[in-house]
Amino acid sequence: MRPYTYAAPGTVREALALAGDGSAYLAGGTTLVDLVKLEVMTPEHVLDITRLPLRGVAVRDGALRIGALERMADVAEHPLVAGPYPVLAEALLRSASPQIRNMATIGGNLLQRTRCGYFRDTASACNKRVPGSGCPALTGENRMHAILGTSDACAATHPSDLAVALVALDASVHLASRDGERSVKLADFYLLPGGTPEKENALRPGELITSVSVPALAWAERSTYVKVRDRSSYEFALTSAAVALDLRDGVVRAARVAAGGVGTRPWRLPAVEAALTGAPAREDAFEAAAAKAADGARPLAHNAFKPELLRRTVVRALLELAGRS
Amino acid sequence: MEQASEPERGVSRRGFLATSAAAAALAAGTAGAPSPAAAATAGPARAGASVVRVTLRVNGRERTLSLDPRVTLLDALRERLDLTGTKKGCDRGQCGACTVHVEGRRVLSCLTLAAGLDGKAVTTVEGLARGDELHPVQRAFLECDGLQCGFCTPGQIMSAVALIREGHAGSEEEIREFMSGNICRCGAYPGIVAAVKAAGERG
Repeated sequence: MRPYTYAAPGTVREALALAGDGSAYLAGGTTLVDLVKLEVMTPEHVLDITRLPLRGVAVRDGALRIGALERMADVAEHPLVAGPYPVLAEALLRSASPQIRNMATIGGNLLQRTRCGYFRDTASACNKRVPGSGCPALTGENRMHAILGTSDACAATHPSDLAVALVALDASVHLASRDGERSVKLADFYLLPGGTPEKENALRPGELITSVSVPALAWAERSTYVKVRDRSSYEFALTSAAVALDLRDGVVRAARVAAGGVGTRPWRLPAVEAALTGAPAREDAFEAAAAKAADGARPLAHNAFKPELLRRTVVRALLELAGRS
Repeated sequence: MEQASEPERGVSRRGFLATSAAAAALAAGTAGAPSPAAAATAGPARAGASVVRVTLRVNGRERTLSLDPRVTLLDALRERLDLTGTKKGCDRGQCGACTVHVEGRRVLSCLTLAAGLDGKAVTTVEGLARGDELHPVQRAFLECDGLQCGFCTPGQIMSAVALIREGHAGSEEEIREFMSGNICRCGAYPGIVAAVKAAGERG
């Protein structure tokens, strides 16, 4: 581990003033401490933001607002989340382990780095870690990698389950910097790798996520997060589906569908949503809609199973929701 | 439990490692120190510090440490406080062997920086028993054969104590899910689940 200095600012203003070249914010530490040990990240200054007042789960003007420093475990069990937005609670509870959920924050979860083994290994080339050095994953071990949104420079999967659920719910992140505050739709916050996979999101230097908001969606009560993985728990997704259904009289009036484990960023599936709208809540209609889930996919040598697995994951989520009273 | 106590071994491996680690930490701290003034302003740091002074309440006892800000809670416990019950397995947040409680919540001490814990209460496996009387979860692990080599056991037990308190010991399925952050390479899972279930039922 390279040496760094440490400070624990008490206000957002102070944190933003201390942020600069070579600094990194520290919240739960489950990404940063791990990657600093591996020397994948080498901050010179660590700014521990856990004392900042970025907490609370509340409904304001109908929208659910979650402080960036709320811990995953607490948000998963919060009555304003678990009842109205099961897809969020399930995505959180199917993430990581209880210990990590007790540590990791909502803001940190959204900024976690890919699990690509080449990114995590400083002996390997990696365009995300060392721009221009190459991408061994494209021709090497790529079973866990993305099939959607990839480029010739990077095929790393975005690892967050929560982000997939939030993108399905049209959530926004609220940001603060020395220039002021702004909000960005989470779907636009994440960038495609293109030729610059080192640039993963819209954050400007020193900018901080202060909270996340989810617009009101009454029918999100009928929502779920289905995660398919190599182990039954404590594992990243091979494929996942965050789905919410507005179901009345056996007909889908509206649907939200996003996929995880398959994209270089959380992947909303508007074509599937459109195909579901007005369709009868039956398995054949679900299969027809889910057939579009992997449109545009570019599988690699070891993950050619993912398009079909994704389609089936979406169907499973839809069937489960249709079966709920 | 049947181990020889430390003093009988003379210069123990553990003692040697502790001394070496302290020396290494000191050297690293010196290399990274921008100025003595930064160290002096440390405390619950305001400016960027290369040495941080923290006071922890570990198993009920106040301990004050001056630490390089890179030191994890795991290393502080093992190398500075001689509390070697907490195990270093992967040191990457993947195995759960280092599980301890901070303010009553189970966390991974290998991914927790000690610098951020000023004023916090930490409980390790050494803090569970009352004198010679084992904690009910420790007793259940013995009775149910919830271990083979024992390396992961302190983490399993700390996780299990928290899991029961969280109310997640309702069924074997729930226990397996909420113990999933603790890996046992010997595969003693049936005994571990039985132990957690038994301890949970006893309340």
